[in-house]
This record gives sequence, C-alpha cells and structure tokens, in this order.
Amino acid sequence: MSNTKNLFDKVWDLHSVKTLDSGQDQLLIGLHLIHEVTSPQAFEMLRDRGLKVLFPERTIATVDHIVPTENQARPFADLLAEEMMSAIEKNCIEFGVTLLDVNDSRQGIVHVVGPEQGLTQPGMTIVCGDSHTSTHGAFGSIALGIGTSQVAHVLATQTMALGRPKVRQVVVNGELGPGVTAKDVTLHIIRKLGVQGGVGYAYEYAGEVFDRMSMEERMTVCNMSIEGGARCGYINPDQTTVDYLKGRPFVPQGAAFDKAAEWWLNLASGPDAKFDDVVEFDAADIEPTVTWGITPAQSVGISENLAPISSYAPDEQTLIKEAFRYMELEENQPIKGQKIDVAFIGSCTNSRISDLREAAKVVEGRHVADHVRALVVPGSQLVRKQAIEEGLDKIFSDAGFEWREAGCSMCLAMNPDKLVGNELCASSSNRNFKGRQGSPTGRTLLMSPTMVAAAAINGCVTDVRELLTPATV
Amino acid sequence: MNEVEKITGTGIPLLLDDIDTDRIIPARFLRCVTFEGLGEHAFEDDRIQDPEHPFDKPEYQEASILVGGRNFGCGSSREHAPQSLIRWGIQAIIAESYAEIFFGNCTSLGVPAVCASRQTLEALDKAIKQNAKQEITVDLKTMKIACGDQQFDCTLPENARSALISGTYDFLAQLLKSTSEIKERAAEVPYFTSFA
Ligand code: SF4
Repeated sequence: MSNTKNLFDKVWDLHSVKTLDSGQDQLLIGLHLIHEVTSPQAFEMLRDRGLKVLFPERTIATVDHIVPTENQARPFADLLAEEMMSAIEKNCIEFGVTLLDVNDSRQGIVHVVGPEQGLTQPGMTIVCGDSHTSTHGAFGSIALGIGTSQVAHVLATQTMALGRPKVRQVVVNGELGPGVTAKDVTLHIIRKLGVQGGVGYAYEYAGEVFDRMSMEERMTVCNMSIEGGARCGYINPDQTTVDYLKGRPFVPQGAAFDKAAEWWLNLASGPDAKFDDVVEFDAADIEPTVTWGITPAQSVGISENLAPISSYAPDEQTLIKEAFRYMELEENQPIKGQKIDVAFIGSCTNSRISDLREAAKVVEGRHVADHVRALVVPGSQLVRKQAIEEGLDKIFSDAGFEWREAGCSMCLAMNPDKLVGNELCASSSNRNFKGRQGSPTGRTLLMSPTMVAAAAINGCVTDVRELLTPATV
Repeated sequence: MNEVEKITGTGIPLLLDDIDTDRIIPARFLRCVTFEGLGEHAFEDDRIQDPEHPFDKPEYQEASILVGGRNFGCGSSREHAPQSLIRWGIQAIIAESYAEIFFGNCTSLGVPAVCASRQTLEALDKAIKQNAKQEITVDLKTMKIACGDQQFDCTLPENARSALISGTYDFLAQLLKSTSEIKERAAEVPYFTSFA
C-alpha cells in the first residue's frame, strides 16, 4: 500500500470527530495540559454554564509561570500569585483533575513535565493554553497552543474547533559543527524563514540532523516552531523516541508498550509522504546564533556583524530601526564582545538535564564575570534533583551562578525574577520581545545554553567554541 | 450569542509590524483569575515609554476599530491580549496579517480580525489621523471597509466569517452537541484505551 499521508494527516484524521458548519474540524484532544495562568477563567466558564470536565483523566495540571524560584514556601509573598495558586488547587479538586503542585516532586514547566512523565506520546493531539505547546511535537504528536476559551472547550468536550493547516517539511541535512546546538538550528530556521514564514503551516522537521538528535534536542527545535509563525512542529517518532519513553510513569508497560511502540513507529511519514511545501537547509551553514533584535528572527551567526538597515527590504526598515534603537545596538557592529548584565539558563526551550550538563561543561573551573548576575533555573524538580546528583549545582554555584528551584522564571518574569532597567540579558529562553523579561526596557539576546554560559563567564557575547576545551585548573 | 455582521465606530491607528501579545498585555497583568480590569493595562509598557501612544491620546478614547500592521498578535497564546483590547473598547481589528492563535482567540470572542492591504491600512491610518471622529465601518457581509467616501476590500477566512455572521463563533454549544460521537471516536483511538 503506497502511503502518501504524512504523520500530521494520519494523526489529524484519526482524531477528527466531524466537520463543523464553519468548515473547521472538531478535533478530539488526547492530552490537555493546564497551568495556573490560562486556566482560571476557563474553569469559571464551565461553572457559569454548569458543565463538567468530560475526560478528567486526560487533563493534567501543573504550576510554573508564577512560582517563585527562590523560596517556594506557601503562602507566596506575592498575594496575586498566591490567589492564582489557590484557584488552580480549588479548580482541580472541584473538577477532578490531577495537579502536580509545588509540593509534588514532579512539578515543573508544563512542557518539561509532560515528556518527562511520559504523558506526551507519539500520535496524540496535545493542547495547552500556552504557545510553546509545540514542544511536545518532538514525539510525533500534534501539539498546539490554545487560548483560554478553547481551554474551556477542551475541558468540557475534550474537543476543539480547528482548521487544518498545511504541512511544510523543513529538512536539515549534513553535519552540525562543534558547538552548534539544536537551539542554533531553530534560530537559524526562523532567521531564514522569518517570524511569519510558518503562518498557515504545521512543520515536519526531517533530515539527518533531526534523526541524530536526542529527544531533548528535538524538543528545543519543536518548542520554537511557534516563533517562526508555524501552528506547530513535529518530528517523526523513531527508535530514539521509543527508547526515551520506555519505563516513564504514564507510558504503558509490558505487552501494551510493545503494541504502543509498533503503533507509534507506523505513524511516521513514509518515503512517499506528500507535503504542501518543502524547504531545505544545510547543517554546515549553521553557526552558534544569537538574536540581536526584538523578534526571534532578528539574529546573526556569532562571527557576523549586524547588517546595515539599508540591506533590509524597504517595508522592513521601520521595524529594524526600532530594533536597533530599543536594543541600543548599531548597524555593522559585531555581536561578539557585546557586554551583558544578566545570564539566564532556563525556560521550556533549554532547561532540561542535557542543557544543564552541556552548560556546566563550559562553566566548570571558570567564574562568572564580576559585573554579571547569572542564574540557572531547572525546568522541573526532577531535572533539578538529577543535576544535584551529578554535582552540576555545585559547578554552577562555585562559578557564581545562582541555583534555583524549578519554574518559568525570567523567561517571562511573572515571578520575582526580572531584569531591571535596560539590562542586557543573554538568555536561553525563546522570546526577545520588548519587555519580555520583566522590565519594560529590558533587552534580551537569545542563544543556546552553552552560549549563555560562555557569555556569563566572559561578561560579553562569546563564541562558545573558544571555551569548549576544559579550563586549565 | 450575538451575530456580528457589521462594526461601525471610530478608529485608532497602530500601524506597526510584529506587535506581540506581551506588548498588548505585559505578563505581570496575567497575575489574575478573571479578565476584568485588563482593559486599562492594554499596551501599558509601550505607553509608559511613548507619551504619544495612541491608546493614551484623548481623541482615540472612544475608538472601537484598531488599525494594525503585519503579524499582529504574535507570540504568547494568552487570551488576555484580545480580552484586554475588548475591555479597552476594541470591537474589530484591521491589519495586514495576524498570528494564528491570536486570530483564533479574537474570532472566538466575536471580534472580527480582518486583513487588508498595506495601501488600505495606510489610507485608513491617514484618514484617522486627519480626523479622529471619522466613522469606519467593517462589513462582514460584503467584506468592505467604508471610511468617509472611501471604500476598501478586506478579507477574512470563510469559516471565521460565517461563524461571526451566524453568531456561532463561540463553538462550545456546537461542540457540546456531539458528546456521543466524541465518545465513539475516543474508543477508536488506541491510546484512549491504553492499547488494550
Ligand atoms: S518557560 Fe517561558 S515560554 Fe516556556 S511555558 Fe514558561 S513562560 Fe512559557
């Protein structure tokens, strides 16, 4: 049987309950992740209409956005944050939803927790009131960020109305150079295709580079699909996926696991699969990449200078000028050597154990520059525990990093971790929007966690490849 | 649910590209359990830095139609963004293009987010700046924007248009009708039944 269906279409068709009058599909949702910020109003909508959660066992809640990362004792010092915590606790009890609270050892950033617990599995439709839900696509699932009204829809019906996007295959073949990470691959793709390049599409990432990646690296790539405008991104399940999932708490065990694995592997797009569009990149062209502006597409390779305003299309120049003004950077300047004030390793893009291990290798035996405030915020309590077992916390602390509890932290600064004034932050997160890191004039340079580590050590944007050999003690 | 066919009101010009939802409503205002009160914080950080921000100008305080640029509403999925605009008074948005989650959120709240060409947006921007009292009409039946004696085309995906016009944009009622089909479908999905 020739199979021209790609994974996306197979999974979509399986979950489509019916076509609605609007032409959209009513899509069955396999896993609904919720957190404290975008769920309270949704539960309120259910209460208003006297509705229940249809499949409470298919919804899992955690808390991440507002939790402090210094002292997590309750009640929180921030009364608004405390009110939100109480709301999600009350809602989860009332509606019968499992909550991984701060006092649960499994708590963490929703997009770190889902995969870690094996909640995220190939072939699922996964939604969460959070745009970086695309992370879960790394397992070969359709994973979408949704708004609060849709959170209510999914709670009440386990379905939502959605138009089917087109599918673009983004192929990266070849070999990544030393020091070039999954983060650089995703920043490079966004740079080349633009922040709006993916609108209307789901992305299938394919090719040798993704085939070789670990699950954690794949998550980094899929995480930022949304930054390139795509509705979601995914990677076909393979043996790496199956090996990662085996034995995780929410994954089937024994004979059921074998059955599951077989089903997962069969979902992958075959060689005859059709796509609405295909774009290709060569891994050799990708350098450690750093954003310099106020959108994730405004980035350069570490060895490049910032392009002059005149090199941009006329209709882009206003935005580019505004980016230079806001970032206090100049055209033609190198990005390397730019002095930073803050270094942040964390967020659902890059706060997993492999991120911390790689960053620790750069940091070990070195010290954070005197003028830099540096912090490491593990993505989950389990990542934190693992890191401590491996002694990574000590490497970071000895080097002058603050070692924190799990949460979103300075990725969006809804908790006390914020930039001050116009501080410039080297950050392993995913958004460099104006004001994103908590100060209305704060400035963000996105880069890989190893690049953040290198910037923290040197006190300025640094080519991590210069620090890849261990420090001489 | 109200049918949304035609929105008439004065405009507010914000013809900038890549306005993200962090700018529309900064994250610190997401520390809340209701959407009430978000209106006054719309674009708060942009307004602090720009005393000339349209959302602060007296002449635009009654405006209900926002004129934006390309990729409006990109970034975070927070429904707080359209909710804050609605509570500020916005009933329709005209822009070159939108980020998809933002667009979906607007539609499900009954706010038409229509697309128009750059020329149209520039003409509207000019007309509003010349006369803040200028009435603008966005007509979803004809897909035309009227502004004084000028008329422009606009577009809206058909599914959003029909949902707004027929007043079925809050899909919950429709989704709820299919409970038995939902359960039947779930029974066919291997992982819903633990691969039994
Ligand atoms: S880490 Fe940042 S991007 Fe990820 S879920 Fe938290 S706030 Fe959102």
